[in-house]
Order: sequence, then C-alpha cells, then structure tokens
Amino acid sequence: MNVVFYLLAALTIGGGLAAVLLKHLVHCALATTVAFAGLAMLFLQLDAQFAGFAQILVYIGAVAILIVFAILLTRGSELPKDGVFSRSWFVGLAIAAGVFAVLAWAVLQSVRAVPQQMAVPAVSVRDIGNALVGRYVLPLEIVALLLTAATIGAVIVAMHEKERPKS
Amino acid sequence: MLGEGILKGMAETAKNFFLSYVSKERLTTVEYPEQRIPTVEAARVFPFLVYDGADWEAGLRCVACQICEKECPPKCIYIDKSKDKKPDYVGKQQFYPTRFDIDISVCMSCQICVEVCPFEAIKMDNEFELATDDRFGGLRYDRKQLARSNDYYHSIHPTEASEVDARLDEEKAKVEAKAKAAAEATAAKAAAPAPPAPPAGGGS
Amino acid sequence: MATSPLFIHLDQMFIILRDWLVGFLPAALRPAAGVVLGVIAIVCVFPGLFALTTVFERKGLGRIQNRLGPNRVGPYGLFQPIADGIKSLTKEDIVPLSANAVVHFFAPLVLVVTVFMGFAVLPMGRNMVLVDMDAGLLFFFAMGAATELSVFMAGWSSRNKYSLLGAMRAVAQMISYEVVLLLSSVAVVMITGSLSLPKIVAAQNTYTGIFPHWYIFTPWGLAGFVMYAIAATAETNRSPFDLPEGESELVAGYHTEYSGFKFALFFLGEYLAMFSISGLGTTLFLGGWSAPFSFLTFIPSWIWFFSKVMLSIFVFIWMRGTLPRLRQDQLMNFAWKFCLPFTLLDLIVTALWRFMGEGWLRWVVSTAILAAAYVVMGRAGMRSEHFGPRRYRYAE
Repeated sequence: MNVVFYLLAALTIGGGLAAVLLKHLVHCALATTVAFAGLAMLFLQLDAQFAGFAQILVYIGAVAILIVFAILLTRGSELPKDGVFSRSWFVGLAIAAGVFAVLAWAVLQSVRAVPQQMAVPAVSVRDIGNALVGRYVLPLEIVALLLTAATIGAVIVAMHEKERPKS
Repeated sequence: MLGEGILKGMAETAKNFFLSYVSKERLTTVEYPEQRIPTVEAARVFPFLVYDGADWEAGLRCVACQICEKECPPKCIYIDKSKDKKPDYVGKQQFYPTRFDIDISVCMSCQICVEVCPFEAIKMDNEFELATDDRFGGLRYDRKQLARSNDYYHSIHPTEASEVDARLDEEKAKVEAKAKAAAEATAAKAAAPAPPAPPAGGGS
Repeated sequence: MATSPLFIHLDQMFIILRDWLVGFLPAALRPAAGVVLGVIAIVCVFPGLFALTTVFERKGLGRIQNRLGPNRVGPYGLFQPIADGIKSLTKEDIVPLSANAVVHFFAPLVLVVTVFMGFAVLPMGRNMVLVDMDAGLLFFFAMGAATELSVFMAGWSSRNKYSLLGAMRAVAQMISYEVVLLLSSVAVVMITGSLSLPKIVAAQNTYTGIFPHWYIFTPWGLAGFVMYAIAATAETNRSPFDLPEGESELVAGYHTEYSGFKFALFFLGEYLAMFSISGLGTTLFLGGWSAPFSFLTFIPSWIWFFSKVMLSIFVFIWMRGTLPRLRQDQLMNFAWKFCLPFTLLDLIVTALWRFMGEGWLRWVVSTAILAAAYVVMGRAGMRSEHFGPRRYRYAE
C-alpha cells in the first residue's frame, strides 16, 4: 500500500467526519464535497479514469451544488436549538458498526476469492460504452426513464399554480 | 430571422473598429493635455478685474460700488472701499477698492456680477487649469491676482471687448462734449460784453 | 517543404528544448521533470497572454466605442497590465467581519486551480499535450464543473445579499449552458470515436486537395460550433451573458467583497477560463493545431493553435462591444427552449451523417434538416414573449 492511498483515504474520511461534526450546514455541505473529491481521486489512483472524472463532473459539479441550493432555499442554515446530535446516538453507532462489519466481511471474502496474481484489466472508455449499449442497455434505459420522471416532477413542483377563479 | 440583428450589429461595430483608424469622425477623442479643443469665445469660468493702461492700480476700472458683492448669489466677493478718491477714465473722482477678494472655490460662474456692474469693471475669464495644492487660501484671489489688462480682455473676448470699448468711448465723448459745451458757455459768458447795469432806484 | 528539417525543428521547438533540459537529470527523474517543465510553461504562457488580452480588450472596446483605449503607460498602452498588476497587489485585502473567512479565502484559489487544470489536456501543437489522457474531454468538463462550486463559495461566503444573488444566478446560468456545451461536444466525439483530444485533432488533420477536414466545415459541425460558442460565452460569464457580474446590476456580483489580489485572481480565473474554453473549441471544431490549407503546413503547429485561440478571444471581445446584456429569464429561456433542442437535433443529424455513408446526399439532407429547424425554431422563438423582441404597449 503506498503513501498516496493513505493520504487520499485520510482526506476522504476527514471530509466525511467534518460533514457530520461541523455546526454550520453549508460547511457540512462543502466538507461533503471534499469527501467526494477524495473518492474521485481514489478512483483515479486505481486507474479508473472514466469513473473518477464522472464522479467529479456529476458529484462535485451537480450534486454538491444541488445540496447547497437546497440548504439555502429552505433556510436550513439556522442552528437547531437543542444541538445537532440526536439523543439516541448509541443506536446509530450500533447500526453503523453493523453495516461496516457486513461490508468489511464482503470485501475480505472477495479478496480471498479472487487470486491476487491476476492483473487488473484495463478498462477503457470504449469498453464501458460497448457494455452500456450492449449488455447493460436495459438498466440504462430504466435509469433514463427515472431521470425523466424526476425532471418532470421537479418542473411540476416548481411551476406556478394556475390562478384560481375568484369566487 | 433569428440572429440577423446580431450579425448586423457586429458588422456595424467592425466598421467602427476599422474606420476609427482612418476617419476623424469615428474617433473623436482629443488627447488632453497634449491636444486641446479651442474654447469658444463666450466661454466663461471665473471673474477678473479689468484695468486700462499699463499700471494696474491706477487704471483699475472698479469704483467699489459693491453692487456685485451684494448681487453675488453665493457671496464669494469681499470688497473694502477706500477712504479717498482717485480720478477714473473720464477724469471724475471715484472711490476704489482697497480689497477685492473672490473665493473661486465658491464662485459658481453665473456671471451676475458682470451683468450688474455699471462700470464694465468685472468680466469673465476663461482660464480653467487653476488647481492648486494650497488648501488654505490658494483659491482666494486678491485684487492683484484678479487684475488683467484691457488688452488681455480683447484677446479672450474680442467682440465683447470691442463693444465695451465702444460704449466707454461714447460715454467719454459725451462727457467731453458736455464739458466742452459747459466750457464754451462759460467762455462765452465771460467774453460777452457786460450786461447793462440794473436801473437805478428799485424797480417796482 | 513542410517536411524539411528546419520546419520540423521549428514545429517541435519546445519539445526539443524540454528533452534537452531534462537530459541533464538521471533517467528516473526524467518523466516527472518533463511534466514539471510543461506545467511551468503553461503557468508562464497563459497568464502572459491574459495580460496582453486585458490591454487588447480595453483598446478594442475603446475603438469600437469611438475612443482610444489606455495609451499612456508604455507604447500604445502595452504596459498597462503591469500597472494593473501592481495596483491589485498593493491594495488592502478587505474581508468583511461577518464573512466566512475560510471559504472566502479558498474560493478564488479553487477557481484558479481548477481552471489551470483544464489546460493539461489541450493539444497545443504536434506532440505538445501535457497529459494524453484516454478520457481527456471528460476531464476538461469535470474541471469546468468544479469551477461552478467556487463561484458559489465566493458568493455565499461574502455575507452580502447581492453577492449571493449574483452567485445563484451565475451558477444557474453555468449549469444550464453546461448541458448545451457537453451535448455539442458529444457530436464531435461521436464522429471521431474517441474522447482523447489529440486523437480528435489527428482526425481533423487530413486534407482533400487543399481543404482541411475540420469539423466546422460540415453542416452538423457548423451548428455544433455555433451552439458551443454560445454556451462558451455563457459559461465564462461574458457579454451578452454577463448578468452575474454586471456592473450596473449587481455591483460586481459574486466578487463584490473581494479586493486586491483575490479580485485579481478572479479576473485571472475568468480570462483563463476563456482561453481554455476557446482552446477546447479550436480543438473540437477548428482543427486544433492543423493548418487551414495544405500548403501552409510549414508554419509551426503551435502558431496555428494560438492564432485560432486569439481569434476566438477577439470574437469574444467583438461580441462584448456589440451586444446588450441578456436578462436572467431571457438567458435561461434561451438555453432551455432554443439551444438545448437545437443541440439534440444536431446530435441526431450527426448520427444520420455518420450512418449515411460518403457522398453528396448526406450533405444535402443534414443541411436541409438543420436549416429548416433553425428557421422554424427561430420564428417560434421570435414570436414568444420569453426571448423574442419585446412589444411595447405604449411606445408604438
């Protein structure tokens, strides 16, 4: 394991921790963006160029902006009176530990299942494109349908209501 | 069609850009202070006092009537009248100002002082590069700084100065004619034979 | 003649220089040193071009507006950027008391860093890419997306309602036109078959007779280039889309509360974004570093690239001097109701072009479809009240 991986992992974990521990909500959103950036750089370190750049383009360029717009438009930057941490934090910790245990077991199982001498396949953008319109075309179309439904829903929610006739 | 207006606009600005190198009317900039636009004759900035002849103190037309001081809207003229008199351009004895200050930081160039002066003593100058770094009196001009000769007045406002000179000469000529007529009458009176003596014994 | 050694050396001048300099180091350090030299070159050349562009913009706008530009500081005012630089370095750096100091500090840095990263994938001459990435175009757009975040950070952290308003408007505008930008580039990617920018340039570097195969000379390429140009003007907040930073509307928009060097960094970031988007536009549509006629290939490739970029910059300046500002709702309506449908249609026409095979038929069909769509949508747009000419109730 090289130094770069540890640095990037520290950045990602630091961003994630800051996102839940900071007081001001917009600061939390920006810390989430740092975590996204760390994740993107981890993808790039693993030579997954398409995934890394798509992560930056979509998450940092669109999702982070969406989060901050949502915070600003719903006046969420005011601090709640009784603190930001819930009373039942112990239950939350237990659930998070459980999820972490399951994921760690799955990752370690897969490491044992796949022999380590096998070279990492180099996946180019062309291969991803071929897979998307060849083998995975049905999920692609369903995701497109989902996005269209979401866009139409957003437009309807944001549209001005038709004037009701004065009674 | 969509976009037509944009293309026409861009053609117009391109024409402006290229023709600004050749045609004077497309590039109207005058690079002050190396180039200057000549001022028109009627341009006015701040007042000055006119004097005739060579000596500014003796030839100053102002007789300290203080009409301009009273009429000045922002009250920027400060006049002190003298105690003695000296002769003016027709020879009549007049007062003169011992102090005539104009604060040009207050003056608003309305020309009212020029309009009301009966003696054609105060006129408008057209010098405007008067900036100074003396905060405490650099812009308050005393009568020595304000005095300019009649030749200077001719050089900046020729037609106006000629009119003023014509009027003053006419007045002078009238006064002289009157003086000559009075002198002639006195001379005729003196030279005429003595009138016959009044009859003796009181007339009834 | 283009293949004679003198012209090849001129063309590869900078590569040869770099290899010679790097040859002084041990073999293990050579690749890293080569990259560092490339980075130094980019960091020196593009801000220098930025300085020149500020003078040319002021003088160009001046001539368009019947006046001289700056002409006191040096011959024809060419040392004006030095004076501007000294001024911005010596001004006091004011941070509002209730502003968010950390975010306020990082916003211009994030902007300049992400914009500089975009230059890493532009092919500035034959063999002159800093990093030849397989997904180079995607990297470029990813960096552009990160720019929007810095705009928002700047506007929000200033604790100023005008800055926030300017930042929201700027982000909304940039997001809308980014869709148009990406879709018009996808047409080029479809025809070339690769996301890597040097390959796109190589595909345009062929000649039939004396005419090059630049994509702008095809019907879908011309439509795509027009849409790309409009979207690029909107992405970099230039006139006529400069409402977020319009001086008469919002003071200075999202960079109101910045003074001194941070403001200079925003200015630098905006102009560098202009250069990098023009560079991408030349690479995608205007043939990158290839010469316009086949008998002109002896002129070095980097001269062609920079000439095309500077030509795009002059067109930006020309547009700034010509057009009035668009209002926010007109801008957004234009993006979603005209530009986006037209770009999608352009994608379909590109696909039609690709699958129709060589011949004159595909030229006729593509041109007909695009021209008809443009006229119809233009007419419909002119009649709508959102972005057509305004009707005045009392003035007519």
